[in-house]
Amino acid sequence: MQVVCPGGSGELVAAALIIGLSNGALIALIALGYTLVYGIIELINFSHGDLFMLGTFVALTVLAALGLEGGAAETPWLALIAAILAAMVFCGVLNMLAERIAYRRLRNAPRLAPLISAIGVSFIYINIGLFWRGPSPIPFPDLLPDFEFVRAITGADTLITFTTKDAFIIATAIPLMLGLGWVIKNTTMGKAMRAVAQDREMALQVGIDVDKVISFTFLLGGLLAGAAAVMHGLYNGNTVFTLGFTAGLKAFTAAVLGGIGNVTGAALGGFLLGILGAMTVTCYGGEWENVGVFTLLVVILVFRPTGLLGEETPER
Amino acid sequence: MALLELEKVDAYYGHIQALRGISITVEKGEIVTLIGSNGAGKTTTLRTISGIVRPRAGSVTLDGRDLARVPANRIVSLGIAHSPEGRRIFPRMSVKENLEMGAYARGAVDLTEDFDRVFGLFPRLKERITQVAGTLSGGEQQMLAIGRALMARPTLLLLDEPSMGLAPVLVELVFETIKDINRLGMSILLVEQNALMALTVAKRGYVLQTGSIVLADSAEELAKNEMVRKAYLGEE
Ligand SMILES: Nc1ncnc2c1ncn2[C@@H]1O[C@H](COP(=O)(O)OP(=O)(O)OP(=O)(O)O)[C@@H](O)[C@H]1O
Ligand SMILES: [Mg+2]
Repeated sequence: MQVVCPGGSGELVAAALIIGLSNGALIALIALGYTLVYGIIELINFSHGDLFMLGTFVALTVLAALGLEGGAAETPWLALIAAILAAMVFCGVLNMLAERIAYRRLRNAPRLAPLISAIGVSFIYINIGLFWRGPSPIPFPDLLPDFEFVRAITGADTLITFTTKDAFIIATAIPLMLGLGWVIKNTTMGKAMRAVAQDREMALQVGIDVDKVISFTFLLGGLLAGAAAVMHGLYNGNTVFTLGFTAGLKAFTAAVLGGIGNVTGAALGGFLLGILGAMTVTCYGGEWENVGVFTLLVVILVFRPTGLLGEETPER
Repeated sequence: MALLELEKVDAYYGHIQALRGISITVEKGEIVTLIGSNGAGKTTTLRTISGIVRPRAGSVTLDGRDLARVPANRIVSLGIAHSPEGRRIFPRMSVKENLEMGAYARGAVDLTEDFDRVFGLFPRLKERITQVAGTLSGGEQQMLAIGRALMARPTLLLLDEPSMGLAPVLVELVFETIKDINRLGMSILLVEQNALMALTVAKRGYVLQTGSIVLADSAEELAKNEMVRKAYLGEE
């Protein structure tokens, strides 16, 4: 153990694994937004991380409006659900609007054009965030109970903590991912999404309203980012206007790791990256986290550019 | 009134003119074929009819209705289905899903009868119903592309080189099927490299050369025409 992980014991590694799972679930939710959009219009939506950041601000605003800025004695479940729904709707609708305004006209332009447009949207979001809540980190109210399951059950004094917060993230993220998978596989809109992703012109020919389907895809990606935003705030206890940059890069890495365009891949990539990040922090210290994550990105791009589950698609 | 009428249609790709004032009609119940060498504009003609390419001049009408302002994704609901060049099945969907996509424009309706009809024409597809379409053989993909178009219950079927790349037995099968489909009451506009076969199933034909119609006649007359025989039937 000491050889692979000089900083940690088996117990620490187990603890890191749990942190990694929770972080991974958040990364996965954001990564899905990258992969959905890439899958359908081959755009790397650079603004997606910053959309997620704005989601945390919306959640804060909703919680403040409900008088919960300073925390609460008991977990205000209804308020949390309201905050999640508000952030989801906000991010979903904003993402749709961005597509309508900044990307749609460029759909048949050279690939670089929408990419640059997305970078522009990213700057706009960052500056809205800066203008809205200022440059300093903003504390997020501590609203979830901090019940530690492992200690409570084993009675032992252990470093392995699986708390209500972890449970909350897992219990929200997994159903969202399964729900997304179900929508894509079974609904008319989901089938239309796959058809547009595989052959846009043919999708038109069978009668699919391609614009509507692309809008819907941005909506889905935004909904997931909004949910992730609230969970991020509750789990990590703060947010800041630059949050979208690192969160976005990590999520993008996860999407590439899984095979960009592949939905299962993005979820898998998110969890792997979360675990890898937490392990790096535990074993080598926090300063190595991004080194680990981005070394991985480079290694994938060099040795397996299609990602873990990405397929070579000769028709593209 | 003709079912489909193209009148003096000009179409461009950027600055390149692909169609030069072509006029074509397809009557109800007819098989009409469009022959011509590579790059003549056959595919462009079909893409113009189905709204992917917009005519810069001239008009396309279906049952007297101008298609110029109809969005490409609404054309199929008006009764035109397209089995395009290169098949273009949805490669990562199953055979069943591909067929369902063919009926997309009809909304949530019971497709049992339509599946039966397609499987009646192509029993092979039934055996492969759960297979991912991208892994089908070329011939099977061609059957799927035609089947998918039929799922829309079109009044007019556009077929772009349905025999391309197929073994001779399969070519026979495809042309037999085209006749069967026509007997079911559908009009067909057939683009073919295999001009000889096309002229045996079609009632009338047009010869396209660098974007212009150079000959229009009954299939019988075209098959006898010296220029057609030389250029497209491989006779010296
Ligand atoms: N997407 C495109 N962009 C630019 N030019 C195109 C495009 N598609 C076709 N063309 C040009 O338009 C002309 C007509 O092409 P079209 O595909 O209609 O020919 P075709 O008769 O179907 O030929 P083939 O028998 O090889 O399929 C050709 O000169 C071709 O190079
Ligand atoms: Mg062609």
